[in-house]
Amino acid sequence: MEEKVLDLLEEICEDDVVREDLDINLFEEDLMDSLAFTELLVGIEENFGIVISPSEVERSDVETPNKIIALIKARS
Amino acid sequence: MSFFGSIQFFLLMILLFIPAAVLGLRGKSLRGYRTAASVLMIGLVMWPNKEQLLYLIAFYVLEFVLVKAYLKLRLAQADHRSAAIYRIFLFISILPLILCKISEVSGGFALGLFQFLGISYLTFRVAQMIIEIYDGIIKEVRWLDFTDFLLLFTTFSSGPIDRSRRYIKDGETRYTRDAYLELLGDGLLKILIGVIYKFILATLVHKGVAFFEDPQSFLEFAGYSYCYGIYMFFDFAGYSAMAIGASYILGIKVPENFNKPFISIDMKDFWNRWHMTLSFWFRDFIFSRFMMLAIKGKWFASRLTGASVGFIINMFVMGAWHGLAVNYILYGLYHGVLLALTEIYQKKSGFYKKNKKKTWYKTISWFVTLNMVMFGFLLFSGELI
Repeated sequence: MEEKVLDLLEEICEDDVVREDLDINLFEEDLMDSLAFTELLVGIEENFGIVISPSEVERSDVETPNKIIALIKARS
Repeated sequence: MSFFGSIQFFLLMILLFIPAAVLGLRGKSLRGYRTAASVLMIGLVMWPNKEQLLYLIAFYVLEFVLVKAYLKLRLAQADHRSAAIYRIFLFISILPLILCKISEVSGGFALGLFQFLGISYLTFRVAQMIIEIYDGIIKEVRWLDFTDFLLLFTTFSSGPIDRSRRYIKDGETRYTRDAYLELLGDGLLKILIGVIYKFILATLVHKGVAFFEDPQSFLEFAGYSYCYGIYMFFDFAGYSAMAIGASYILGIKVPENFNKPFISIDMKDFWNRWHMTLSFWFRDFIFSRFMMLAIKGKWFASRLTGASVGFIINMFVMGAWHGLAVNYILYGLYHGVLLALTEIYQKKSGFYKKNKKKTWYKTISWFVTLNMVMFGFLLFSGELI
């Protein structure tokens, strides 16, 4: 599952640094913006069948690869 | 008496703070008192204008019934939610605002329909609840919470725009003595900053706005734009600071509305710093949802085209929300196009990717952004067109 999330993140952020540093802050490092965030939500829904709405999570809940993995784990 | 605009309002507000502080310091819930204080304050401010007051009451009843009815329907639907029913309810919930905005410009057939102070901001709060009920995140709506959230008098007329789930959590909190003391101190400081911004700095800068009134030459237009933009900031950030501070004292940590907007280094940065609660609302409830539908439905050949359309629609609606006048619509479209161009430039340009972290680049980018922002205010002011 983790591998699949990282594949998704690498595709959306267009940078493989998301694999190397799982605690990197995606918003601060300019790897993710509002557009990429919606792509992430669609990606999570299509890959894992988990529906997360855009206003449901705070930016701080999904700011690192680790936090995103944890969120998906908690929901599946 | 007007919200944060007259001495009677401030005196009454200070009077209303006293029982709030007593309750807060003794670790009691402020919810019931706060709601009663809001009803009293709004009633007193709107009393001289009975028609507005009646429209507000009609609006409140209509929206409460809508939210309750839709929640019941939605819970019964469980995993088989109907998008059609959702859209009908969402449309009816914003219909009063649409009628109000149309009657503002048309006169004639719908003169004054649903024109009451605060409707623009109240509509966000209700629409957000309907949308999140559809999403399945809101599963319960209590009458007292709804009334407390919708009518909080400190943010009634012009925001900041809070979110119901966050608000209700704050609303229920029983603070410890220390926690409330801190809230009280922060709240008073924010009110003080707001007073300085709005009544001293904004008033001073407004002299500049008046000086450049009816500009003719390029320099006069530049002077007008800068003065008007800076005036808007101190006026609205000042109002927001007072509203936020007063809400703290009533036990609600209302989110911030401004974060040094004039240091923005690009247009996306600007909208993360200017009127934040409005721009985040549009981001979460219009832009993101449009983009998700577009991506899932493969509406556009490239993601960049989709994003550009998304930005322009998002900001067009934002402009129209200010009012159905040419200057507001243009202001919205202008920002939509700028955001789209920013997105395309940042994604496509190797020059940008190579230099974006360098100081000289950031300095130039800041200067260009600031002037684009000021030109936007000129459009907004209606002085140009």
